[in-house]
Amino acid sequence: MAASTKSSTDEFIKGLWKENPVFVQVLGMCPVLAVSNTAMNALAMGLATAFVLIMSNVVVSSLRSFIPKQVRIATYILIIATFVTVVDYLIQAVSLDLYKALGAFISLIVVNCLILGRAEAFASKNTVARSMMDGLGMGIGFAFALFCLGAVREILGSGSLFGAQLFHDSFQNWVVMILPSGGFFTLAAWLLLFNWLEQRKAKKNKKEKTDALSLTKETA
Amino acid sequence: MESESLWTIFINASLVNNFVLAYFLGICPFLGVSSKIETASRMGAAVTFVMLVSSVCAFGIQALLVAIDAPYLKLISFIAVIASTVQLVEMFIKKVSPALFRSLGIFLPLITTNCAILGLALFQTNKGYSFVQCIVYALGAGVGFTLALVLMAGLREKLELAEVPDVTKGTAMALMIAGLLSVTFMGFGGLGG
Repeated sequence: MAASTKSSTDEFIKGLWKENPVFVQVLGMCPVLAVSNTAMNALAMGLATAFVLIMSNVVVSSLRSFIPKQVRIATYILIIATFVTVVDYLIQAVSLDLYKALGAFISLIVVNCLILGRAEAFASKNTVARSMMDGLGMGIGFAFALFCLGAVREILGSGSLFGAQLFHDSFQNWVVMILPSGGFFTLAAWLLLFNWLEQRKAKKNKKEKTDALSLTKETA
Repeated sequence: MESESLWTIFINASLVNNFVLAYFLGICPFLGVSSKIETASRMGAAVTFVMLVSSVCAFGIQALLVAIDAPYLKLISFIAVIASTVQLVEMFIKKVSPALFRSLGIFLPLITTNCAILGLALFQTNKGYSFVQCIVYALGAGVGFTLALVLMAGLREKLELAEVPDVTKGTAMALMIAGLLSVTFMGFGGLGG
């Protein structure tokens, strides 16, 4: 298998771009859309999720030979729920404002498909170190994507970034961006961009291939 | 919160604060199983059922946890109950209708990780609803979820026949429709009073 020969750096890199959880795999959509109305919320949510992802990946991976196959999903969820409870209380202790802004969505990290997905698809089959790198990459990729979304929504919806006013007073805020529908639209726009880039790359590859093919035909 | 009438709770949960389109809960099945109306409505029914059962369970657990003074166990016990309810529903559907079981596929076990259900359990405890209010809230949320899913499926069935640019095919298109639906549902604002 090609995956087993990959170095842990590759595991880290793939989560950032090539297999970005949000833009490419479209996993863990609920928090992505719900808390990305400002850049700050988005970043905090992204980091909280990344923390849970890394920790649960490490624990799942280190326990992978002890967990019976039949009850593995339930076990993973319990492990994840434990770390989410930790994060929940942590955020409450550090910043009450942030806690109020994120609301129930911190608890809802438990049911983020991304975390369970990585536990099942990666951590249960790989060593601790590699699972940690995978969690780190996916987590940062997730946080990055959330930030992209949050920044766009905040800039257009409130004309600010991290609370700092960007535009002149005459700027009309795009209220729809702050509203739920704005989340859908922004994400759709980012996905369009990603699809377009992918398609362009695929076309280029195909062209190179056909060029090479015709060249070999000619020489033959 | 006793002043909130049951009807208001129902309308609020199903239309005004639709779980999918306003709270962004349960987006994964919303995007995943919404390509056919039939599957969508069955998925909606399954989710509604699980919501009702887990809402009742969550109410009991919350009372228990308050009694033994262990609120930090809330999340873990909620998710454990939901996971077992889903398992039960899964076995039930497998027995009663194998065809439906196959058509729901991976999304049935994924109800466990459907945020709408855990979200419902958390919201109802946060709002401090009474037992009857909880049931009505769960029912409203389930109906709202089904409604959003079926509407989406209907639109996507039509879109199959439409010619759209290649780039927009798939999730991007689905998200744009969801955005429009969400705007539409905002029109219900104020209805619940």
